[in-house]
Amino acid sequence: MVGKGTGGAVRKEGPTAPRSILFKMESIHPLLRGVVMKLMESKSRELLARHGIPVPAGKVVTAPEGLEAVAGPVVVKAQVPVGGRGKAGGVKFAENLADARARVKDILGMDIKGYKVRSVLVAEKIDIARELYLSITVDREAGMALLMASASGGMDIESVPEEKLFRCHINPLIGLQSYQVRDMLAKLSLEKPVGQQVSDITKKLHAAFVAEDAELLEINPLAVTPAGKVVAGDAKAVIDDDSLFRHPEHKEAELDITPLEQEARDKGISFVQLDGDIGVIANGAGLTMATLDALGLMGGRGGTFLDLGGTDDPEKVKQAFRILKKAKPKVILMNIFGGITRCDTVALGVHDVVKAEGAGAPVVARIKGWYEEKAREILKDAGLITANTMEEAAKKAAELSREA
Amino acid sequence: MAIILDRETRLLVQGITGHQGTQHTRAMKEFGTSVVAGVTPGKGGSAVEGVPVFNSIAEAFDRLPADRRPNAWICFVPAPFAKDAAYEAMESGIRKLVIITEHIPVEDAMQLMAYADYRRAVVVGPNTPGIISPGEKAKVGIMPAAVFRPGRIGVISRSGTLTYEVVNSMSETGFGQSSCIGLGGDPVVGTSFIEAIDMFNADPETDAIVMVGEIGGSAEENAAEHIVSAGIRKPVFAYIAGRTAPAGKRMGHAGAIVLRGRGTAESKVKALTNAGAKVARVPSEIPKLLKEAGL
Repeated sequence: MVGKGTGGAVRKEGPTAPRSILFKMESIHPLLRGVVMKLMESKSRELLARHGIPVPAGKVVTAPEGLEAVAGPVVVKAQVPVGGRGKAGGVKFAENLADARARVKDILGMDIKGYKVRSVLVAEKIDIARELYLSITVDREAGMALLMASASGGMDIESVPEEKLFRCHINPLIGLQSYQVRDMLAKLSLEKPVGQQVSDITKKLHAAFVAEDAELLEINPLAVTPAGKVVAGDAKAVIDDDSLFRHPEHKEAELDITPLEQEARDKGISFVQLDGDIGVIANGAGLTMATLDALGLMGGRGGTFLDLGGTDDPEKVKQAFRILKKAKPKVILMNIFGGITRCDTVALGVHDVVKAEGAGAPVVARIKGWYEEKAREILKDAGLITANTMEEAAKKAAELSREA
Repeated sequence: MAIILDRETRLLVQGITGHQGTQHTRAMKEFGTSVVAGVTPGKGGSAVEGVPVFNSIAEAFDRLPADRRPNAWICFVPAPFAKDAAYEAMESGIRKLVIITEHIPVEDAMQLMAYADYRRAVVVGPNTPGIISPGEKAKVGIMPAAVFRPGRIGVISRSGTLTYEVVNSMSETGFGQSSCIGLGGDPVVGTSFIEAIDMFNADPETDAIVMVGEIGGSAEENAAEHIVSAGIRKPVFAYIAGRTAPAGKRMGHAGAIVLRGRGTAESKVKALTNAGAKVARVPSEIPKLLKEAGL
């Protein structure tokens, strides 16, 4: 249907619009991966364009200037690293240049879920005749990239039945093969002029996926205009955080994390803020999660996920503890299992920072393993409450949080 | 017998001259592992903890007598160089690889797993504490030997410290381990729960299997299906971390079309329970469940 949409990029922002379906994947859960390196829309667009994928003409501005190129209707979109911009008023249409300038002015400086809008994307409003879906993501169980496509993209993508969804794995040693793309076009019943463009875009998307160390590249909708031109209506990119050593350009990416999480990230500490009031610090992601779970069982609610990792460097322990204090928990629950990490050196770091700066809240500590007796003495000397088991510590912390 | 490792294991340590490489070479030797060679490019000719150091794996094979040539490999080299090192190991013909290194890019991990398939090599990790067979006095990894006891329970885990926690509670209550394998905490790893379950199922010295899983991916659900479809008769026990993890914090609620509702702790617990496994609510419940089952 010609002109059915007003730009798929825009409609996705509405309150009923789906979030990126793949973005819900647990494989990029912040508790498991430290951080989700999701690029902002403007950066995702640039990434696709850099790899030769057509995107609507557009420009990112930080002031209502430099918009002389605006000739027709445009969409003005706040660039913030969170979803739900449309609902918050961060997406507006404009019919001409003067209108566009006014909308840019409106949106710049807005507060969207705690993020001040510092830049906006002004992009050509495209007419959409048809919406397709195209993505590549990591299928962790297969250990391969997974290509997915659907002939009906856009808002309805989540309800597309399994049999209407094309999916195939891409062997990393041989890459995407032409036969796979042919299979995809056949499944989607795409006729020649559109099919040719989709084929080209798919190959470029895979090249981009590998070259950019992406965990997800998603184009939804992949828009077909009334004139039969295929363009990326919207773009989502998640970059592998572990690949930054070879992609310094992504290091500055603004992420959807709290200022305190950013501070921890800068210090190399794995830290996520949660909704509860008990600050949890442990060593190892799995043990930290298990500690939060034990707390939950005892009726407490974790307010932080702080994974010390394998460190027993007292300096690093001090830094981590300071971050934890800044989260202002009512109670602190520390759970250390010293296997290769020496309990007493961890304890010393905590002891020093608590003695010098105070803990700001009662600390319940359970420390077990290598040099645990010595560690317990050190922690008692710092005025901490010690417990023998994870459950006992969790119970005590939950009780204290209710009293506080 | 145990799995993967035995008394015939002869280990090469890649990155032996680094801090971790040296420290853990000492610990593995103390445990009883036969460490026959170390490799650090440019440091050939030296020795670490009495282990000869070579410039390359090829050089190690050239210089060592046939009965001292390595058949297992452990990697401590930094993430940017780990893929290259793993290729070097597989090209030399070694078919047991343990990759301790963390923060290896996913793309690198996918490539080297595909190559390992081609080479029919067993890869454990990356981002794993490794594998240990207490009764065989063989350890290829960084786990603290003190928490392990020889015994007849096979342990498979995705975590590091949490594994030590679980194993320690088992050891303290008399449940020793035949082998304990850390699959690794990264999205893409070599050996899966399914493969490890099959190995333990085939091992006459293993009576029961303990799985330590966590949220993310569907490896535990796949394992649950496998327990049923492959007719695994040995009792399976599990602990899953992340029941209270806030799935909605940034990912939106679960239900991606890839996972179709899998990946959460509830989904894993349910799948395993339906497959007949006993699932513990806290790590220390594992030994209680083992006892209840009469093991």
